[in-house]
Amino acid sequence: MSGASISIDPLLTAEAWRKSGREVAIATVIETWGSAPRPAGSHLVIDAEGNFEGSVSGGCVEGAVITEALDVIGSGDPRMLEFAVADETAWSVGLSCGGRIRVYVERLA
Amino acid sequence: MELATLERLNACRQARIPAVLVTDLGGGHASVIAEGDQLHGALGEAVAAAFRSGHASVVEADGGSYFLNVHRPPRGIVIIGAVHISQVLARMAALVGFDTRIIDPRMAFATPERFAGIDLRSDWPVDVLKAKPLDAYTALVALTHDPMIDDFPIAEALRRGCFYVGALGSRKTHASRLERLKAEGFPDETLARINGPVGLNIGAVSPAEIAVAILAQIIEAMRLRDVASAKGDIR
Repeated sequence: MSGASISIDPLLTAEAWRKSGREVAIATVIETWGSAPRPAGSHLVIDAEGNFEGSVSGGCVEGAVITEALDVIGSGDPRMLEFAVADETAWSVGLSCGGRIRVYVERLA
Repeated sequence: MELATLERLNACRQARIPAVLVTDLGGGHASVIAEGDQLHGALGEAVAAAFRSGHASVVEADGGSYFLNVHRPPRGIVIIGAVHISQVLARMAALVGFDTRIIDPRMAFATPERFAGIDLRSDWPVDVLKAKPLDAYTALVALTHDPMIDDFPIAEALRRGCFYVGALGSRKTHASRLERLKAEGFPDETLARINGPVGLNIGAVSPAEIAVAILAQIIEAMRLRDVASAKGDIR
């Protein structure tokens, strides 16, 4: 994988961060409905300081995912998040494209 | 997920071994199944299907809910010619995630200084491609303009079913190239697979712009004219 050294690879980043002693959470898009910016399997990795690499949307919900990820790093319990357009009851952020995504957030032990 | 699991997954990815990460959405346990591993039960069948399709999905099996994330090796690009365009194309292709290598027997062009960090071979394509053959998951781009260097890998790319074949050269150069390949016995419909002049027609002028046009055309071939995904195996 000669390209890996300069292409952005969240899972390699997560491994490197964890091995250097940082606490890490991995967020993964596991399902999408309708128009979604990133396909299932896409990753966003986050450390306890809120540094992140990768994406689960086009920048629309990353902020909320990072906030949740910090809780997951603290508790160790995985969480399932769901984002949809104008879903004001559950989340203050949403996808302007009208799609819906489910994001699984877990701590890298 | 345990760090050891992520290490195994990343090791598979870097060794170009297809792998599926199975995450139990109930308990959070995750495991890596590499291609060729033994598969059992309904979950095993779902994993086999994921290897074939290449698509990540949530499945209900064996009384649980699982997320199957498929990691297949990245597509490759073989560039013939260590020329100015290649200097930019190789770096951009790596950024997009392609495994990229350059072949050029001309020592003056194929210098490490001009291609830092790039897999570069200063040998004849016929020798290099014998050791590591082209396949359906590789794009071939011929950029030397020299029939002595370009013709063999272009013909080889057509024989091996590369998902993209592109060759630099004016319409006149390309016409004489097609005549030579026709004389070798390639039928017209096979020769029509060669993109020449190379790259999407975006009016590219500079080497970097031409590299963008070529890379965009390779991505188009991969995403819109994908013949390989029907077979399900990226290797």
